[in-house]
Amino acid sequence: MAKQLCYEDVEVGIEVTPLTKIATTQMLVQWAGASGDRNPLHYDDDFVKSQGVGAPIVHGALKRAWLGQLVTDWIGEQGELRKLSCRYRGMDYPRKMKTMEEPQEGETWWCKGKVSKKYEDGGEHLVECEIWLENGKGEKTTTGAAVVTLPLRS
Amino acid sequence: MAEGSLITEELRKLIGVSGEPITYKVEEGAIQRYAEAIGDLNPLYHDVEYASKSKHGRLICPPGFNGWPIKGQIGALPGGASEMMGAFAKAGAPSRLLDGGIEFEFFIPIGAGDVLIATSKVADMTERETSMGKTMFITTEATFQKQNGDVALRSQATLICF
Repeated sequence: MAKQLCYEDVEVGIEVTPLTKIATTQMLVQWAGASGDRNPLHYDDDFVKSQGVGAPIVHGALKRAWLGQLVTDWIGEQGELRKLSCRYRGMDYPRKMKTMEEPQEGETWWCKGKVSKKYEDGGEHLVECEIWLENGKGEKTTTGAAVVTLPLRS
Repeated sequence: MAEGSLITEELRKLIGVSGEPITYKVEEGAIQRYAEAIGDLNPLYHDVEYASKSKHGRLICPPGFNGWPIKGQIGALPGGASEMMGAFAKAGAPSRLLDGGIEFEFFIPIGAGDVLIATSKVADMTERETSMGKTMFITTEATFQKQNGDVALRSQATLICF
């Protein structure tokens, strides 16, 4: 495990340690099974077209889960996530598979964040962050916010 | 109702409607498979022995996973998710649906073996012109409680219909 992040380590404007992800069609199948979301928008070409969408898209909830990981990786086991929100602003399309294991060349996504506020309340040390997901073109396709508590160093 | 509004009288009647609570147990394997599907290797989600020695004493759920989130967020609506979607469609809602986003408020960690009671309701419907034309936004609220009544989590999700 990485070193525990403490309240004193954080200043407004600093970056949340970024996280990279590659969405693949295989991952979407796994996600559908694990999350229970069987919406054909994520795997059925004909249904996708009937919905006015170009190709099967990455589940919003998977993108949200990545942003959850971005935050929980950053705050460590002694930090606590209190609030998490996100809006799906743009569609993301998974890479197709080249082999059973390996995706084709293509986009890599970045989960990123920035500290927007830090304050004490009721004896707790709280930090607010803007968080977002960037696609391969650098466009923010999902944006959100998180509120966390962090321990004190001393 | 504004002229040409997407929110028909029938749809408006669904605002405020809650479903019967759903009670279910959070399974260890479900947590592990969900975390694996995210690609999140945090041992608190995977390693039973490691997690048992943590402050949580058991595997905990990644944020946003409540054991069976789809069921929890909209499945607890009247008649379950598919019937509720059918009711929206029957009441005249546009048939193209997208997930608009969600907000979570976490109060108590949820972990393996917990029994949760999920309740949800249709909180609101609004509409406006977007790049997709006339677009309707349905907000649902869900609450997940422990059996002793303590609220573990609240969420508010937005469904986009166009």
